[in-house]
Amino acid sequence: MKRFLGVAAAALFLGLASPAFAVQPDEVLKDPAMEARAREISKELRCLVCQNQSIDDSNAPLARDLRVLVRERLVAGDDDSGVLGYITARYGDYVLLRPPFKASTYVLWIGPVVVLLLGAVGAALFLRGRNRPAAAGDTEAPLTPDERARLDKLLREDT
Amino acid sequence: MRRLIFILPLVLFAVLAGYFALGLTRDPSVVPSALIDKPVPEFTLPPLLKDGEGLASADLKGKVQLVNVFASWCVPCRIEHPVLMRLAKEQGITVKAINYKDKPEDAVRWLNQGGNPYSAIGADQDGRVSINWGVYGVPETYVIDAQGRIRYKVVGPVMPDEVERHILPLIKELQG
Repeated sequence: MKRFLGVAAAALFLGLASPAFAVQPDEVLKDPAMEARAREISKELRCLVCQNQSIDDSNAPLARDLRVLVRERLVAGDDDSGVLGYITARYGDYVLLRPPFKASTYVLWIGPVVVLLLGAVGAALFLRGRNRPAAAGDTEAPLTPDERARLDKLLREDT
Repeated sequence: MRRLIFILPLVLFAVLAGYFALGLTRDPSVVPSALIDKPVPEFTLPPLLKDGEGLASADLKGKVQLVNVFASWCVPCRIEHPVLMRLAKEQGITVKAINYKDKPEDAVRWLNQGGNPYSAIGADQDGRVSINWGVYGVPETYVIDAQGRIRYKVVGPVMPDEVERHILPLIKELQG
């Protein structure tokens, strides 16, 4: 019971803690649809200062500058891929949190599938080798009549 | 043929281990520049010093030079400052600067304290021009060739080792 209360209290406090928003009120665009697009684009872009946050999550000054820039490009009439292109032209593909699918990233995207397939082939070969009756070379020779007789005798003795 | 199947996992392991070993030698905080071998972005910045020169893309053509992005509030900039001073005063290399998001009076005081290695300083108060350069932290230093193209980028302070191993040989090569 005590334990349950502890967990419940922890859950309650966690629930009370509101997420800290990086996007400041003065950055938000008046047009809600465009602001929503800006938020979506910002979630795709890596904050280069903190590297594992998107610029939408980050409080770094550069992230703020880039959020403002994203919104400016949208207001200027760029479509979503245009905005992403504008940023990647300056910071490279690394700024995208989802790497693009192109020649230099084929290994990244296809590699895991290839490794999985290799593993599957390996496992299949191994299992087939184990279940198959042993190959011709290592089958035991049938018992000679002499051996057969000895075996029968032993079995009879047992009963 | 059968033996090959047993060697295969070992080969795969060796290849992966090779990649990971290579990965360990790289600094993940250094982002490769998207602008290497591309012309410097179009920009014009007002001068930081009243009697000094500003910086514009047209100023970066005609000779091999360095562009250093610095700020008075940036601690690693203090570390690289003597190195830039030596490059400018002793090696005779032209070093120009972008002063990133700085208060002009702070930047001027800083240059008075440590000396001014720069032949021209553009003040980038809102950091917009620096974004066009792909700057994501200060200091950063770029080697620009005579055609005004970015040929090399150093993220973080320029250390003497970096100068000896990369910057000076590259400048010599570019000057031909």
